[in-house]
Amino acid sequence: MGLLLGGIVPWTPATVYAEVVKPQIPPARGEQCVEPVEIMRRDHFDFMKHDRDKMVHQGVRAIRHSLAGCIDCHASKDAQGQFIPINAEDQFCQSCHVYAAVTMDCFTCHAAVPAPALSQSP
Amino acid sequence: MPESEHSNGTPLRRSFFAKAGAGVALLALAPGVRLVELAMARLDDEPVSDEHRWGLWVDSSRCASGCDACVSACNEEHGLSGMDRPETDAQWIRKVDLRDDTTGRELSLPLMCQHCEEPPCVDVCPTGASFRREDGIVLVDKHICIGCRYCMMACPFHARSFIHEDLSDQKTHSPRGKGTVESCTLCVHRVDEGRMPACVEACNNAGHEALVFGDLNDKEGRLARTLAQKESDELRPDLKLNTAVRYSGV
Amino acid sequence: MSAGTFQTLRPSAPFWLIAGVAAVLALLGLAGAHHMESAGHWVTGMNNRVVWGLPHVFAVFLIVGASGALNVASVSSVFGQALYKPLSRLSGLLAMALLVGGLSVLVLDLGRPDRLIIAMTYYNFKSIFAWNIFLYTGFLAVVAVYLWMMFEPRMNRFIRSAGTVAFIWRLVLTTGTGSIFGFLVAREAFDSAVLAPMFIAMSLSFGTAFMLLTVMLIFGLSKVPVHDEILRRLRSLLAYFVIAVAFFVAIDHLTRLYAAGHTGVEKFLLVDGGTYPVLFWLGQFLLGTVIPVIILLTPRLSGIAHTVVAALLVLLGALAQLYVLIIGGQAFPMDIFPGYTETSSYFDGVVAGYTPSLPEIALGLGGIGLALLVALLATRVLPFLPQAQGDRPGA
Repeated sequence: MGLLLGGIVPWTPATVYAEVVKPQIPPARGEQCVEPVEIMRRDHFDFMKHDRDKMVHQGVRAIRHSLAGCIDCHASKDAQGQFIPINAEDQFCQSCHVYAAVTMDCFTCHAAVPAPALSQSP
Repeated sequence: MPESEHSNGTPLRRSFFAKAGAGVALLALAPGVRLVELAMARLDDEPVSDEHRWGLWVDSSRCASGCDACVSACNEEHGLSGMDRPETDAQWIRKVDLRDDTTGRELSLPLMCQHCEEPPCVDVCPTGASFRREDGIVLVDKHICIGCRYCMMACPFHARSFIHEDLSDQKTHSPRGKGTVESCTLCVHRVDEGRMPACVEACNNAGHEALVFGDLNDKEGRLARTLAQKESDELRPDLKLNTAVRYSGV
Repeated sequence: MSAGTFQTLRPSAPFWLIAGVAAVLALLGLAGAHHMESAGHWVTGMNNRVVWGLPHVFAVFLIVGASGALNVASVSSVFGQALYKPLSRLSGLLAMALLVGGLSVLVLDLGRPDRLIIAMTYYNFKSIFAWNIFLYTGFLAVVAVYLWMMFEPRMNRFIRSAGTVAFIWRLVLTTGTGSIFGFLVAREAFDSAVLAPMFIAMSLSFGTAFMLLTVMLIFGLSKVPVHDEILRRLRSLLAYFVIAVAFFVAIDHLTRLYAAGHTGVEKFLLVDGGTYPVLFWLGQFLLGTVIPVIILLTPRLSGIAHTVVAALLVLLGALAQLYVLIIGGQAFPMDIFPGYTETSSYFDGVVAGYTPSLPEIALGLGGIGLALLVALLATRVLPFLPQAQGDRPGA
């Protein structure tokens, strides 16, 4: 019995989870995010969903939480100075999403790099 | 107005260009189109209303048969690159060549979403993804489109396209992806900034000026004045859709 | 009807063989759907002109058949024909199994099947599709309750009420399915009020054919002899339903032929459209109507084999009919500019091409496989089958 318990202890969550690597999030290029980190972690999808409905159905384009806004700051560049798609492995979005095992659908449709220049709408 | 604490000032930059664009328009107006009114009409954070109803006039007598400037401009604007598979590639606007069965007269005109007032596509969409904005532009909310293609069955003008494959390198202002349906947006992203649709701009640049864009509700505006003077009609008038696109010479 | 007169199906080698084939078909269907979803619809024969292809033909086939398969139970519970009572449970099961098969094909063909939850939470009630989501899932619930009334002796007194609800629900559901096409003003082949009653007649025809085949299959597997009188009556019913469908089809085409503007689409579907006239005259008319009616109404041709052939031909004719309706109706160009001949890069003015692809065929057959599998497995678990019958119908 003791041997059995002794065999189980190494498998308790504390030991197992110590092996998992926390997400390494690439630094953003701007000064600060539109919302504090704690709020963004919990609510970013709600913000985006609410604002996208306002934008698509009512044409309200001055929104705080635009996806393009996120990409503008959080997309990283590679060694050649080209933007890396933000949904690529180890980039901003996937580093947390893979950790949390949550699929995201955004970039099936949305551009994954910042827009080239000039008056681009959200 | 945009939040001042936003770090890299994207909204500030956006509204700056909107105003700058309006300023440029003041200096070099496209013939008769009053961009000033369009740009100043609505602030970025107000919802659209039915104060405006955006529309198009197509003068088929000025549409040149071999020209497809409008099509190329639309493809470029929205990133409709195509996969060399004409049967499944998206086409938001196309040139149609017509020949009168009785008289043999030939003409050419562009055909795109007609932005009907009573759109059959909106009626049949099960989730409400196909919808008509208050200012008359008929759009697909691709977040809730399930790709059932019922709207494509219902559209009398074959205006809609289904995306048959994975896409990449989308334009930021024109998100589009596999498994959803789409059609001409009347360049809503441009209209909301007070600019005109890409096809209209291209047609003007090509020197034909067969397309006129404007506000159907603005009785003093060029579009409404043109339609009040010139004979025009909607396509398939028997269906009584009250389209926002009107054609002359058909 | 007490539980004592019903039994579960005892397994046998033929049972497992058929269930195995059904399972393989269902798995192949899943594989086809997965390929379509991951690669995108360009791997199918569907395109921007023919947006609904073979999967929809099969889906409508199964859904319309599901509604009609319940008819035997309705006739027993609602219209008091006690002869069919032993078959009521099987009828309810078949209705649910066929609907499940048809719905799975429909959902798996969506451009975004992962958004099914959106389809179930966002509704535009002007759309007949939105109503159909409720009608189809509600049908499953209503028939489940109806079956419960039949199974549970203490609830038997509610069989009539449950059966009436199910009967009315069926009619509304089938009208809704026909209206998917009937409400489309833009398409010359569809825009017609007669499609709703036509679909009701089709449901009776397809459903009775499915029921006949299922009864003979299941009774053959369980070695329970089929009551001659039931077979005789179902055969006649099927013949009359097939004739009713032919009547509505004739009316639909004759009305369109009469109107000056619509002869073009009729000429296409009935004369020079290539695949479509062949499917219409050979498939729908000859194989699907004339020959089965002759077999079913000729007393000399009333053996089991004859009946199986007749029912199978009716179902083949049904597929041909739906192919001509759904795909032919899309292939014919819309008349956007009446009085003009039009050409464009988007195939205006020309007949659209469509060839069914392998993933679509797999998905369609997968729906049939799933329906068959569900029905077979259910008969193993619950007592759907009547026990050996005497000369009198049920006790």
